Amino acid sequence: MTFLPELLLQILHAVSALVLTSMGLAVTFGMMRVINFAHGEFLMLGGFVMIFAVRAGANFWVAMFIIAPLSLAAFGLVVERLLIRPLYGRILDSMLATWGLSLTLIGLTSTFFGYSQKGLPTPLGSFELFGHGQSYYNVFIIVITFALVIALYAFLRKTTFGLLARGTMQNAQMASAIGVNPHAIYAATFALGAGLAGFAGAVMAPMTGVVPITGLSYITQAFITVITGGANALTGTVAAAALFGLIEQGVNVFGNAVFGQAAMLATAIVLLRLMPAGITGRFFRGSL
Amino acid sequence: MSTAHYAILQKLLLTGATLLLLALPWLVNVAFLVSVNSCDIMGILALSMALVWGTAGIFSFGQSVFFGIGAYVYAIASLNMDGTAIPLLLGILAATLSAAILGYFLFYGRISEMYLAVITLTLSLLFYQLINSLSGPQARIGVVSLGGYNGIPGVPTLSIPGLSDSQLGYVPMYCVSAVALIATYAGLRMLLVTAFGQTIIAIRENEIRAELLGYDSRAYKLAIFSIGAAIAGLAGVLYASWSNFVSPDLFDLAFAGQIIIWAMAGGVGTLAGPVVGCFAIQALTTWLGTKQLTDTNIVLGLIFMLAVLFLPSGILPGLRARLVKAA
Repeated sequence: MTFLPELLLQILHAVSALVLTSMGLAVTFGMMRVINFAHGEFLMLGGFVMIFAVRAGANFWVAMFIIAPLSLAAFGLVVERLLIRPLYGRILDSMLATWGLSLTLIGLTSTFFGYSQKGLPTPLGSFELFGHGQSYYNVFIIVITFALVIALYAFLRKTTFGLLARGTMQNAQMASAIGVNPHAIYAATFALGAGLAGFAGAVMAPMTGVVPITGLSYITQAFITVITGGANALTGTVAAAALFGLIEQGVNVFGNAVFGQAAMLATAIVLLRLMPAGITGRFFRGSL
Repeated sequence: MSTAHYAILQKLLLTGATLLLLALPWLVNVAFLVSVNSCDIMGILALSMALVWGTAGIFSFGQSVFFGIGAYVYAIASLNMDGTAIPLLLGILAATLSAAILGYFLFYGRISEMYLAVITLTLSLLFYQLINSLSGPQARIGVVSLGGYNGIPGVPTLSIPGLSDSQLGYVPMYCVSAVALIATYAGLRMLLVTAFGQTIIAIRENEIRAELLGYDSRAYKLAIFSIGAAIAGLAGVLYASWSNFVSPDLFDLAFAGQIIIWAMAGGVGTLAGPVVGCFAIQALTTWLGTKQLTDTNIVLGLIFMLAVLFLPSGILPGLRARLVKAA
C-alpha cells in the first residue's frame, strides 16, 4: 500500500483547499446571514492582486499575506457600505445585489485584463514520496489552512472584537444599547470575510492561474460546503469540507472532476433533507 | 385613476398585446419575426419564473436548468427518432421529473428560501460544467454525440405530427411560439383563480397560517415547482426547435440571471410583469449587442444592483402605483 500516504496527502489537500476557499463565505453567512454571491469574484480579485503585486516587484509572501487580503478587505468595506448595508435584513435582495456585483466584476475584469490566463510560478519546489513527485506548495496549503482555522477561532473566541461581533450577531439591539455600533461591526465582519477570500484567492493563484471567470470554479464547492456546514461558520465549514473532500477524491478516482462535484451536490441535497439546518444544526451545537 | 379604471386599462392592454402578437406575421418582415419569436419563447420561460417566484414565493435560480433540460432532451430525442411530437413531450416530462425529484428533497426538508436559492444556483453551475465535460466519442446517446462545449447542431424544427418531413417554416414556427405564450399565460390566469391557485397564494402570504388551516404547504410548493419546470421545459423545447441548436450556454449563469432580471424589472408577483420585463431587456441587450459599447455582463450586473436598490417592486407594479395614486 505505498499509495496510501499519497492518497492521504491528496485528501488532506482537497479538504484544505475547500476550507480555504469557503472560509470567507462562511464568515459572512454564519455571522451576518448574508450570502455573498460575489464570493468567487472576491477570490478572483485576490488572485489578480497577488499576481500583479508580484509582477510589480513585491515579495511573494508579502503579496500573499498582506497586500491581497488587505486590498480585498478594503474593497469589502466599500461593497458593504454601498450594497450590503442598505439591504441588511433583506436576505434575498442582498443575495441578488451581490450577484449583480459578481456579473459586473466578471465583465470589468474581462474588459481590462482580457480573457487570457495570468499566472505565477509556484515557489518551494517539490519532494519525492514513494517515487512520485509532490509539490511542497500543496503541503504549504494544508499547513496554512490549519493555521488559519486556529487563528480565526482564537480571533473570534479570545479577542474583544470577536466577543463584540458574536454579541452583535446574536442581538444587535442589545449590543447597540450597551454602546457598540452594530454598523461598524457588520462592516468589519464583511471586510474580514472579503479579506479571507482575498487571501484564499492569492494562495490558489500560483497553482491554478487566474482568469475573469476563475471565481465560478470555486463557488460551486464553496456554496455546497457552507450551506451543508450550517450556521456555525468554523466548525460547519471544516466538518462539511472534510466530508466533501473525501467524497470528491473518492469519485475522482472513477471519473473526471465534474463528477466529483456532482456527487458533492447530490450528497448535499440529500443531507439537507435529513438535517435542514446543516451539519451544525444537528451536531456540534454551541460550537463556533 | 381608480382601481376599477386600472383594471379596464389592464384588460385593454392585454387584449391589444395579444392581438399584436398574433397579427405580427402580417405586419413585419421575416427577419424581425424570427427575433420576436425568440422573445416569445423567452416570455414563456419568464412566465415559469413569474409562477414559481411571483405566485408561490419560491426563489429559484434553476428555471434555466429546466429550460436547458427540456432543450437537450428534445434535441437528443428528435435526432434519434422520426417526428417531433414524442420528443416535445419527452422534453417537458424530463424537466418536470427533474424538478419533482429535486423539489421533494428541498421542500420536504423544509429548507429556507436562501438555501433553495443557493442549491438551485449550484445546480445550474454544475449542469454547465457537466454538459461542457461530456464530449468525445463515448459521450453519445443513440446516434447523437453530446459534443461538450460545442453543443448539438442540426436539431430539427417542430413538424406536424404524422408527417416527419414537414418541418415548420419561420412563420408557422412563430405562430406556434406566440400561441404557446398566450395559452400559457391564459392557463396560468385560470389556474390562479382555482382553489389550488388560491391556496398557493395563501401559502406565499402566510405559510404557517395556511398549514394551521390544514394545507400541506410542502405538497403545494412541490406541485407548483413542478408545473413551473414543465413550462420552462416547454420553452426549452421551443427554443431548441427555433434555433436548431443547443449548447451548454443554456446552463450559463448569466442566462440564469437574466430570467431573474426580467422578473425583477417587470415586477415580481404579477404574471404579465416578467414577460414585459423579458421583452424590454431582450430589446435592450440586442440593441447593446449591435452597438458594441461594452461588455453585456457589466450592463446586466449594473441593472441588477440598481434594480434591487432603487426599484424593488418592478416596472408594472411601480406604474400601477403611480397611475392609481394620480387619481
